Amino acid sequence: MTGNVIVIGGGTAGVEAAGQLARSGIGVTVIEKESTIGGHVRNWHHLFPDRRSSSEVIDYLRKQLKHDNITLVTGELISGFDKKGGSFRLKSSSGKEFHGDAVLIASGFDLFRSERKEEYGYGIYDNVITSADLESMFRDKSILLRNGREPEKIGFVHCVGSRDEKSGNLYCSKLCCITAVKQAIGLKELIPGSKVFCFYMDMRMGGALYEEMYREAQEKYGISFIRGKVSEVSENIEGKLVTKVEDTLAGRPLRIEMDLLVLMAGMEMSKDGEAIDISGKLNRGVNRFFAPADYHFGSNISNIKGVFYAGACTAPMNITETISHARGAVSDVLNYLTNKH
Amino acid sequence: MHFDPFIIPFNIGLYFILIYVVGRSIIWFRNLSRPDKLRLQRGFFGMAFGQSLKEIFLESLIHRKILKTNLRLGYMHMSLAFGWFLLILFGTIEADIFGSHHLNPPHMAIFFRFFNPDHGKTAFENGYAFLMDLVLAFILSGLILAIIKRFSSKSVGMKKTTRLKHLDKIALASLWLIFPSRLLAESLTSGAYGTGSFLTGTLGAWFNSFLPAKQAAYPFWWLYSLSLGTFFVLLPLTRYMHIPTELFLIFMRNSGIRTGDKAGTYSEVEVHSCSSCGICIDACQMSFSAGINNIQSAYLLKAIRKDEDTSGIVFNCLMCGRCDVKCPVGIELTSIRMIQRRAAGAGNGIHNIWHGYLRTNPVPVTAKQPASKPSYDFLPARKPEKADILYFAGCMTHLTPSIKNSMVKILDASGMKWSFMDEDGGVCCGRPLMLAGNDREARELINFNSRLIWKSGAHTLVTSCPICYKVFRESYYLDVEVLHHTQFIKQLIEDETVKMNYLNKRVTYHSPCELGRNSGVYDEPKEVLRHVADLEKTGYDDGNSLCCGGSLANLRLQSPDKHKIASFAAAALSAPAPDYIATACPLCKKTISAETKIRVADIAEIVAESIVKPVANGMKKQRIPNPIETSKV
Repeated sequence: MTGNVIVIGGGTAGVEAAGQLARSGIGVTVIEKESTIGGHVRNWHHLFPDRRSSSEVIDYLRKQLKHDNITLVTGELISGFDKKGGSFRLKSSSGKEFHGDAVLIASGFDLFRSERKEEYGYGIYDNVITSADLESMFRDKSILLRNGREPEKIGFVHCVGSRDEKSGNLYCSKLCCITAVKQAIGLKELIPGSKVFCFYMDMRMGGALYEEMYREAQEKYGISFIRGKVSEVSENIEGKLVTKVEDTLAGRPLRIEMDLLVLMAGMEMSKDGEAIDISGKLNRGVNRFFAPADYHFGSNISNIKGVFYAGACTAPMNITETISHARGAVSDVLNYLTNKH
Repeated sequence: MHFDPFIIPFNIGLYFILIYVVGRSIIWFRNLSRPDKLRLQRGFFGMAFGQSLKEIFLESLIHRKILKTNLRLGYMHMSLAFGWFLLILFGTIEADIFGSHHLNPPHMAIFFRFFNPDHGKTAFENGYAFLMDLVLAFILSGLILAIIKRFSSKSVGMKKTTRLKHLDKIALASLWLIFPSRLLAESLTSGAYGTGSFLTGTLGAWFNSFLPAKQAAYPFWWLYSLSLGTFFVLLPLTRYMHIPTELFLIFMRNSGIRTGDKAGTYSEVEVHSCSSCGICIDACQMSFSAGINNIQSAYLLKAIRKDEDTSGIVFNCLMCGRCDVKCPVGIELTSIRMIQRRAAGAGNGIHNIWHGYLRTNPVPVTAKQPASKPSYDFLPARKPEKADILYFAGCMTHLTPSIKNSMVKILDASGMKWSFMDEDGGVCCGRPLMLAGNDREARELINFNSRLIWKSGAHTLVTSCPICYKVFRESYYLDVEVLHHTQFIKQLIEDETVKMNYLNKRVTYHSPCELGRNSGVYDEPKEVLRHVADLEKTGYDDGNSLCCGGSLANLRLQSPDKHKIASFAAAALSAPAPDYIATACPLCKKTISAETKIRVADIAEIVAESIVKPVANGMKKQRIPNPIETSKV
């Protein structure tokens, strides 16, 4: 089989699909906006549910990319494409052009900008951080407050920018619950004396081994799970974070002083992903992610023949799901190229 | 004997409508409250009467405000209203001068040409006929515009026009028939007798060349009379009721009567004064940003006139007040919507046609009893703190801590003795409940907050949220001066209490609906901004400012539509590429900042940034409840 496929995005989805396509004899150009591949995984320290180091995923992706059929282009942002006859022409923001027989979009997601939930004080109060900030603290193996002290009381705020009508995101980002459980355990291991609270609306533990991890967090690590959405955070004179939340199971309002607050930022459609389709030809869902042709049988297929999707550009996905989704995309791309020639 | 059977329909219609309007105005007057009756009586013998006559001439006949907003639409309204008025006036004079008697019954003027077909032979008569033809041509040009507008609203510069119901259509058809049938009837009669001027004379001569004009004229005189009669009889059931009602409205308004918060004669008169011109639809952001075209004020008023259930319309509104500002009749649309919200949009529905004529009952207020007595036990116990200035941040400001922190910095820098009323949380000001029509529940919150304010002994209450500002000012019985923080900062600048640096930043200002249009505070925020930065115009300034879309008042709007309204507003504010988009409302800040990359900041934040000697970092922690008192308070 012959043909040339352009993969937009060098994260988990893009690289996995590129590797599989290359081994089927297809020429692949992977276009990555950053200087190196890996996407969001590079910023993560370890992964749920088996707490594997994320560097293992990066190593796996590097191996996938080692193939003569693959050309990696880095530092290029795609801003628009058009289709003439059966071939695609993609333009990058630096003015370069790429040509291919099919396009696989694997542009992934953006983390919700937590500044937008100003009531939680990210960017205003020193000790309000995001889940991504916490991962980089894990990499440094030291969790410290801005004043250099170790936190004693730590709170995780679930659903920041997810299931939130005010942010305009009605959907569940799916990974934040389990990420909070994983990070809470990680914190307890680093600071065994600390008290850790998770403020959640619902615990959505719908993945393999998630529920077990959630149980372990409560029984083995003594993490407190409080059902209620944090309404607002303020800073008192001692610099503690006064967190207002309603314990909806006990039916009473709470005000808890925290040393450190971790915001579980949700996932949103990637802004750079939107730029690929600058002329708005691709269908989008109400969640603003790319809408596949069919959520059951065509989750990798777009409304334009020859344009395919892989990974979190269509909906929030974890790494396991992203890899499966990328493999599914490969089969659709191969079918398309076979019938075309 | 000047009689012919064809005048009967016209006379029935005319006397019916005259008796109806007199009867209805008596009922309206009786339903007025005592103070309003006195106002009206005083108005009748005072300045208001003259003012009203002037306004009736300018607005009801010339349609000056519509002309200002939209020239073509204004011309259409003017030609029909003013033209018709002139036709009646000149017609009456004509009948009086040239007719066989003086002081004729009205049909003599209307059907003058039929009864005096020979008229128009002398030069003077001919000149007068020319004048009459000119007026008729003026009306017909407006009518042509009206017909074009009905089928293509864009051609008269309107994006949308109102949709019609059956009775409206019949009334509209009869209205449209009046002037063409007059034209044909007069032309044919003139043709038969060789009279008439440039319009009726020319047309008549041409008809006479191939038609038995005298015989052909008769059915058109019938049609003319019938269409007038039908129009008059249907008038009370349709939007054309605005023709007589608007006169009452203008007079009542000039006498000092306002809508208030209860349904009554004035709101009833306002509801019937709407001509459904559609200007409110074009002004509405729900229409031009989100494509929602069935909830605008014209439709609300129409539904109230028909006594329909308005619950679907009444709560689906941002209450931004843009239509209020643009309404050429000056109907207090937001107040009427609030009245309707208190009644939860209930309507009785018109079951038979007679009900429509007889309906004068104002909408009943059916506020529900709260389910249980509210409790505020969850709030931390608070010692009443004595202070001169009381600062109330409000719920939304607590959700935007950067505004709250900036205000703390400004208040500290002012050196005044101030106290933070809801520092550890407080009770809502009550306005969101009021906007939902739950006044009684809101009163509980108002009482709770009022007690706190009284106990503080403060003389000034400063609030950061325009929503709170409006309710503190209008619905609380307080003897403190209520200031929005922009007004307070303005005072600090004037008194030179706090010195500020010029920031050398370009800013655009988003005037919040609750502060600007709904409370009339336009200038202070802009003056504060000009003091510290370079203020750019956006084309949506003051009364024409946009709603951010985050309004608490809309209980129906879905988030994708809110998003559309917000992104339109954000784009307009970002257009001059400012360094900051300034606003004066925490809710606007939140809504707009989600839609633009440019930094959106409250005026308090910008001012806090510009304060010359920033409070030392340690100061905040040492802040004692009673800072040093200055003589300047």
